[in-house]
Amino acid sequence: MDDTPFIIEIEGLHTQFGQHVVHQNLDLRVKRGEILTLVGGSGSGKTTLLRQMLGLEKPTHGSVKIFGSARYNCDVASSKSIRNRTGVLFQQGALFSALTVYDNVALPMRELRVLDERTIHNLVLTKLSMVAIEPEHAYKMPANLSGGMIKRVSLARAIALDPELLFLDEPTAGLDPELSESFVQLILDMRRELDLTIVMVTHDIDTLIALSDRIAVLADRKVVAAGTLAEICHYPHPFIANFFKTMRNKHPLIDNRE
Amino acid sequence: MNTQQSVSDWYQLVDDGASQRLVLTGNLTLAALDKKFGQLSGELSRHARNTDICWDLSQIQHMDTAGIVLLWNAWCAKRPNRLILRPEHEKMLRRIENLPAEIPESRKKSPFWPIQAIGGQFLLLWENLLGMIMMVGQLALDSLFFLRHPALIPWREISANLYRTGMQALGITALVGFLIGIVLSYLSSEQLQMFGADIFIVNILGISIIRELGPLLAAILVAGRSGSSMTAQLGVMRVTQELDALTVMGIQHSQRLIFPKIIGLGLAMPLLVLWTSAIALIGGMVAAEIQLGLSYHYFVHTLPESVPIGNLWLGLGKGAVCGMAIALIACHFGLRIRPNTESLGEGTTTSVVTSITIVIIIDAIFAIVFSDVGIIK
Repeated sequence: MDDTPFIIEIEGLHTQFGQHVVHQNLDLRVKRGEILTLVGGSGSGKTTLLRQMLGLEKPTHGSVKIFGSARYNCDVASSKSIRNRTGVLFQQGALFSALTVYDNVALPMRELRVLDERTIHNLVLTKLSMVAIEPEHAYKMPANLSGGMIKRVSLARAIALDPELLFLDEPTAGLDPELSESFVQLILDMRRELDLTIVMVTHDIDTLIALSDRIAVLADRKVVAAGTLAEICHYPHPFIANFFKTMRNKHPLIDNRE
Repeated sequence: MNTQQSVSDWYQLVDDGASQRLVLTGNLTLAALDKKFGQLSGELSRHARNTDICWDLSQIQHMDTAGIVLLWNAWCAKRPNRLILRPEHEKMLRRIENLPAEIPESRKKSPFWPIQAIGGQFLLLWENLLGMIMMVGQLALDSLFFLRHPALIPWREISANLYRTGMQALGITALVGFLIGIVLSYLSSEQLQMFGADIFIVNILGISIIRELGPLLAAILVAGRSGSSMTAQLGVMRVTQELDALTVMGIQHSQRLIFPKIIGLGLAMPLLVLWTSAIALIGGMVAAEIQLGLSYHYFVHTLPESVPIGNLWLGLGKGAVCGMAIALIACHFGLRIRPNTESLGEGTTTSVVTSITIVIIIDAIFAIVFSDVGIIK
């Protein structure tokens, strides 16, 4: 499974809602170990693309391959294995409001049915400490958490099964600059610790610069450009010019590759 | 002299005479271990009982958090005396070592918990009662306000509620009413035939349906149908902060959300009662014709003589009161929902159960208070 250099391969993807064509002949590849950021204007189909990678929405036609096996039209066992090897951080956290923080993180582990409670206990505490949540918050309900804590707990839930692939949907949306910076640092630490591949959708330029190895720009119903920040910045396309115009004045170019 | 004995795919026990060395190999990850997790955990704990054994983690290809927790549990939560590991694993191990042994429990059960639980229930009941009384008071105030400012009456909302709770409920109430009418008529006619009192079927059906069954059936159906939807709607509006948005705009919940619901259902229910009773009587009439050969013409003509008109007013009055009570209860529990999914489900259930109970209580009160209305003695 490790011989494929690409962890996600999307080829000839076509999505259509009624008469409205969202993606046309879209190709995208994600390499193992990189952080890829999807950017695009609103309505450009970033969220749809992310949902298609997650297996929540079936494309009209075209293939989505994850870990080298097809995402759609595959058997139950391989679909389950893909799900266990991926983690998702939803924009609003999507924590189960009926469960405590502890149970939220423990749920995917319990669902595996191979771990005993003692192991789960230690694992949950480890994950919570990785996202810097103090153990005294473990029995709180999600409704009693602040926005930043909800994000961190759902990140802990996303990495509960030590996934190889992590999807982040607007990881820093709704956080204040300081929190968002610490969250970015958290993701970078985690990446170093867990050997993660990350696919991220974000609008926040600071997050984009701090995290991305590669950027894929969605416009005109396909990926118009994919590459490092420096490469993308000079790509001639009206959307890119517009998107990075403000940024170029504010930030020096940073190459984030390790 | 090395004797290697392969026990599992993940570790080898190397015995070099004086001491034993346990070499872990391969991928010590959750995905790789899968079903073997428990087995490996058991075998490693067995080896861990030998405190002199040297644990060699340097041959591991890849280890994740689950892997280190597995080892940590096997070691009984302390670092073994002899351990060889790589720096990145050292970091993971240190994180586990720093974990608190137990999560500080936030609440302890008090020894008086049964008393507290019962008391809590009574307080909750009192709170709900108080809330509903306040809502009735607010409704009265709003009604006075609207009497003085008739231009502000939310006609559109009232009409929308009338349509949703009345018009859209016509199908289900007709079906249930018709079937109950048939069943009641069929069963009673069998009994009456034994006494040769066939023609009294009109009295039995007329009184029981118009006075009792029609209003009760309609009320119970509406409580399940519209009561739950009102509670859920208000609950979701709380979850999505729409209620807050209304407050911020200076639009009062009581005037724009609750008043139209209560008035709408208060208007819709008598109409539904009339409709349900009528359909149930038609059902009864059809069954009586089939079972007893009682003609439709006779049935329709005898009905006004055998059933005093008071029964109809009683049924309609009951309908109006029940409708307003259902809407009131639904709104009360809807506004009490806290912004989480469990509370939404709980609130909807409580709302429906309470409103059905209250409907039956109202029916009983009506039966006692109006015991001498509409009955031929």
